[in-house]
Amino acid sequence: MTEPVLAIRNLAVEFRSRDGWLPAVRGIDLDLAPNETLALVGESGSGKSLTALAIMGLVPGPAGRIAAGSSIRFEGEELVGASEKALDAVRGNRIAMIFQEPMTALNPTMTVGAQIAEAIRVHRGLGRDAAWRESERLLDLVKVPSRRRRMHDYPHQFSGGMRQRVMIAIALACRPRVLLADEPTTALDVTIQAQVLGLLEDLKREHGLAVLFITHNLGVVALIADRVAVMYAGEIVESGRVEAIFAAPKHPYTLGLLGSTLRIDRDIEALQPIPGSVPAPGALGRGCAFAPRCPRAVSRCETEPPPLEAVAPGRLVRCWMPA
Amino acid sequence: MTAEAVAIETVRRRRSAFRFAAAPLTWIGAALIALIIVAALLAPWIAPYDPLEQSIADRLMPPSAEHLLGTDSFGRDVLSRLIHAARISLAVGVLSIALAMVAGCAIGITAGWIGGWFDSLVMGALDVLMSFPSLLLGLMVVAMLGPSLEHLVLAIAITELAPFARVARAPTLALKERDFIEAGRALGLSELRIIVVHVVPNLLGDVVVVASLWLATAIRTEASLSFIGLGVKPPTPTWGGMLREGFETILDAPWLSVAPSLAILATVLALNMIGDGLRDAVDPRLRRD
Amino acid sequence: MLGFLLRRIALAIPTLLAVMTAVFVLARVVPGDPAQVILGDQATAEALAALRQRLGVDRPLPAQYVDFLSGILRGDLGTSMVTGKSVWAEVLAVLPYTIELTLAAILLGILFGVPLGVLAATRHNRLPDALTRVLSLAGLSFPAFVSAVLLLLVFAIELRWFPVISNPRSGDLLERLQHLALPALNLGLIMTAYITRVTRSSVLGVLGEDYIRTARAKGIGRRAVLWRHALRNALIPVATVIGLYLGTMIGNSVLTEIVFNRPGLGKLILGALNQRDYTLLQGLMVIFAGFIVLANVATDLAYGLIDPRVRAR
Repeated sequence: MTEPVLAIRNLAVEFRSRDGWLPAVRGIDLDLAPNETLALVGESGSGKSLTALAIMGLVPGPAGRIAAGSSIRFEGEELVGASEKALDAVRGNRIAMIFQEPMTALNPTMTVGAQIAEAIRVHRGLGRDAAWRESERLLDLVKVPSRRRRMHDYPHQFSGGMRQRVMIAIALACRPRVLLADEPTTALDVTIQAQVLGLLEDLKREHGLAVLFITHNLGVVALIADRVAVMYAGEIVESGRVEAIFAAPKHPYTLGLLGSTLRIDRDIEALQPIPGSVPAPGALGRGCAFAPRCPRAVSRCETEPPPLEAVAPGRLVRCWMPA
Repeated sequence: MTAEAVAIETVRRRRSAFRFAAAPLTWIGAALIALIIVAALLAPWIAPYDPLEQSIADRLMPPSAEHLLGTDSFGRDVLSRLIHAARISLAVGVLSIALAMVAGCAIGITAGWIGGWFDSLVMGALDVLMSFPSLLLGLMVVAMLGPSLEHLVLAIAITELAPFARVARAPTLALKERDFIEAGRALGLSELRIIVVHVVPNLLGDVVVVASLWLATAIRTEASLSFIGLGVKPPTPTWGGMLREGFETILDAPWLSVAPSLAILATVLALNMIGDGLRDAVDPRLRRD
Repeated sequence: MLGFLLRRIALAIPTLLAVMTAVFVLARVVPGDPAQVILGDQATAEALAALRQRLGVDRPLPAQYVDFLSGILRGDLGTSMVTGKSVWAEVLAVLPYTIELTLAAILLGILFGVPLGVLAATRHNRLPDALTRVLSLAGLSFPAFVSAVLLLLVFAIELRWFPVISNPRSGDLLERLQHLALPALNLGLIMTAYITRVTRSSVLGVLGEDYIRTARAKGIGRRAVLWRHALRNALIPVATVIGLYLGTMIGNSVLTEIVFNRPGLGKLILGALNQRDYTLLQGLMVIFAGFIVLANVATDLAYGLIDPRVRAR
């Protein structure tokens, strides 16, 4: 594996409650190499979106924060504890993010052109006209038709798929090294979804992007990911190359996600493959977080949290009773 | 909403509930209002003088041990008038709100129950009514009817019909379709009986909150109309009327203007403090502004 | 935008008709016999009949209704019973002073209210937020005449910084501003309280929106996000409140003008009340009603200017 562009060690994100700070994400280790797509998979509430927000330095405060002892290194530079100014220089410039909801993620009172040009002007120091021309080029790149006219349109005049293309154009405005994509296709219908995924794949290859792709759609994972990390209750429970995990899942949770679906192009959310739901941050027991829902749980699982251990080269599993 | 967002939202909500319970403003307001109500109820016993008794020799005296808030241009004791005026202000406020509540709810329930074009017509008319400022509407009504206590109550009640009608209509619409209403019809119960037994109890909570929110506005409107000279006729003391009289001698006897000003301000502020806390705690739908 | 404008104005016509009908009912039907109201209980039958004829209230109600509406359509609001001048002439003579006062108050309200609201929202649940909350609640509790009397007492009578009687006709610009200051401040404080509260809750709501997160993810600084992205969206409800408040403001300017003895619509209405100038009162009602409906239309137009989504509808 080449030198990672993004290296996350021991990342924890916590939220304030009446009972003190509760962890929503715990002990995450992740490496992301250039030209690689890592899929982060899990149900709602598993902490996958929060992991991406933590990388951006956008954990919603003051109720939330990145816990002490966390480390996020981007091209060797530590982002945890960096100043807002330093983070602003990275965000949207070297690391970009696209969000799930194209309907609400764009400012309704600003033209699309102005929203793309804004990032270019801030990070690349281009003048108004140059930024505008560059924005037109970007709209072309993400294949928005009749771009000259559409630059002056407002988001509500765009369809969902077109808005997501605009989001991608904004994200690519400053040629980032890392792209965080938080369920970018979930809100789109199937054909549009395939178009947007194809576009992302092309752009990744052309720009040598490192992509962290967050999704709960296993079909999407099979299509685009090189590696997979499965999250449950704020922890990574299994990670490895996509072929290896799909061929032989080791963690009972992964097994449940895959095993119950004969067809992998199904959505985890829609199927609810495993009875029960992800425990809230404050409701965790002493042992394995998955134990209450786990068909293979033994008494040890209830009392002792399993460590994340290598079971094969590049393959990690957090389980006392792996398959 | 993701679970993270839910978690954050829960934390926020808990804190806001906590803030209401601990909100000192709400309790200060409640204490202040309790004090004013007690003073109004006990007025004949705690007021040091007869509020109507004139004494030419004692006119326009500044505050002293004998007359704590001084005397007005007829030599009447300002403190005694202030205490007695609380009765009028509270009575007009409560009566007009009660009238608005009954009439407004009746309109709202009828509109919701009948539905269709009748509903659209009534609610459209109420929207127009609501877009009129309380003071101007009250002023028009009293000006046309002539000033008196009854007309004052009626005018203020008209200005505050619309919010009650609205809050009564929505649940009526929802309840109309429910099974137990159908069952009542099948049993041959009269429409009126169904409404009284099943609909009215369901609105009560919301209606009481609206009443508490609009009481401050009612009292402010009463004071404003009295100040313009459209209130209860002299010599009966009202805060707005006292300010109107005091204002005529503001250069010689400023205390005559200050005392009723503070009384009005304290009452309205206290009611708003309670209303604000209630609104934050109960329901964002019932916002006035 | 033009289409939107025309649609909105067309929609206002039925409302206007409804309001005018309401004024008619209030002015002609509710009081019973206006002649009796004007002349009092001791009036002779002849005097009453003469007045009824002069007012046109001796004819059947439907005919009166048609007269009333056609008069409005022709822009004829009748003549004052006391001065004999047309209602329009009476109104136009003092309207500039009321407009001057209202605009000054709105300006003050926006100038203070928007920054205070933004400050409270960005310091949510901290000291500045708590302070603005208490102060704006106090501001909202002041009946306009109470705050006016207190301002007058402190700044005009005790400190003598401003004139006791506000005369808008006097002297040079500086002097006029001096006369305008206290009444405008009085209305402006209440306006500020309203705008502060709405701006606060509106900015708080907008700051939680997805597109704010998008802007932050683009690397736009906190301050720039607030001013460039949040404020424009947050101002949409603020514009509504200013529009809705215009009606209340007329009521409050009536009280303010009375306290500062300043000519304007307020003093005009008070004079009409005191002199039982029934025709002037009725004309004023029509004008106020029309103004309120127009203010609502203007508010919707302001919406359209700020929010491109509204224009499309």
